[in-house]
Amino acid sequence: MDVGQMRRQWVEYTKSLFMEGFLDSQFEQLQQLQDESNPDFVVEVVSLFFEDSERLLNDLTRALDQPSVDFKLVDSYVHQLKGSSSSIGASRVKNACIAFRNFCEEQNVEGCRRCLQQVKQENLLVKNKLETLFRMEQQIVAAGGSIPNMEQIGF
Amino acid sequence: MDDHHQLINGVAGRNPETNKITALIVDDNMVNQTIHHRLLHSLGIENQVVGNGKEAIDVHCSGKIFDLILMDLDMPVMNGIEATRKLRAMGIRNTIVGVSSRSVNEHIQEFVEAGLDDYQEKPLTISKLLSILRKVRNQAEL
Repeated sequence: MDVGQMRRQWVEYTKSLFMEGFLDSQFEQLQQLQDESNPDFVVEVVSLFFEDSERLLNDLTRALDQPSVDFKLVDSYVHQLKGSSSSIGASRVKNACIAFRNFCEEQNVEGCRRCLQQVKQENLLVKNKLETLFRMEQQIVAAGGSIPNMEQIGF
Repeated sequence: MDDHHQLINGVAGRNPETNKITALIVDDNMVNQTIHHRLLHSLGIENQVVGNGKEAIDVHCSGKIFDLILMDLDMPVMNGIEATRKLRAMGIRNTIVGVSSRSVNEHIQEFVEAGLDDYQEKPLTISKLLSILRKVRNQAEL
């Protein structure tokens, strides 16, 4: 594959991530903050997010396993996860968190456990998608090309 | 980007050595800290990051002052409402902007009444930040 083809593939893949709701405009904000002086900004922030989300998901699993569930605590974890997923534009994770908080308010343990599964799934999905995207970016750069600018494409 | 430069250079409380606007980011979430730090930096704003309301108070007690404080609401040790009240009680008159992902109005009302100049819903974007900077500049001109 030549660089041109790789770049086109990247554009198509990125568009699909937005169209399928995995990412929203906040992710574009992150891309706009990346430049020559900060070429790895998006990867760095996304990595930070997944470290954060993995820790929170473990905390949530533990909290929901307790014989007597502390819903305030569970809600505070979900609130944090909602906040950071929203900040990187991981909109399906964010939406799953919003649903989760409703069950916390109702103090519905089963509902919360179901939501936790949902959030874990969305987290894993977007993680895989972004890993694929970053791999494409590495290949483009290794072949001497530059990552397309979504703004320029008019997306 | 003449618009941005106009906005950024027209503020009185700048760092006298570098002539840049200074800001304090108060947020317990590392992802947000990183993004907000970079956002401000990309607009030429010198900024410092602390992890909760108490650290924000401490940094002011050490004598530092900032043109802009971006204050998160939910933080451990001391939250944004308490920190904003304390800063105002200390006589800090600089622009404090509440930033939170909370959408329930009663919480926002209490936060605003603690002494905020403005409130923005997270996540912060470049355009939200520019609107905040306009406020900082307008306040400096009063």
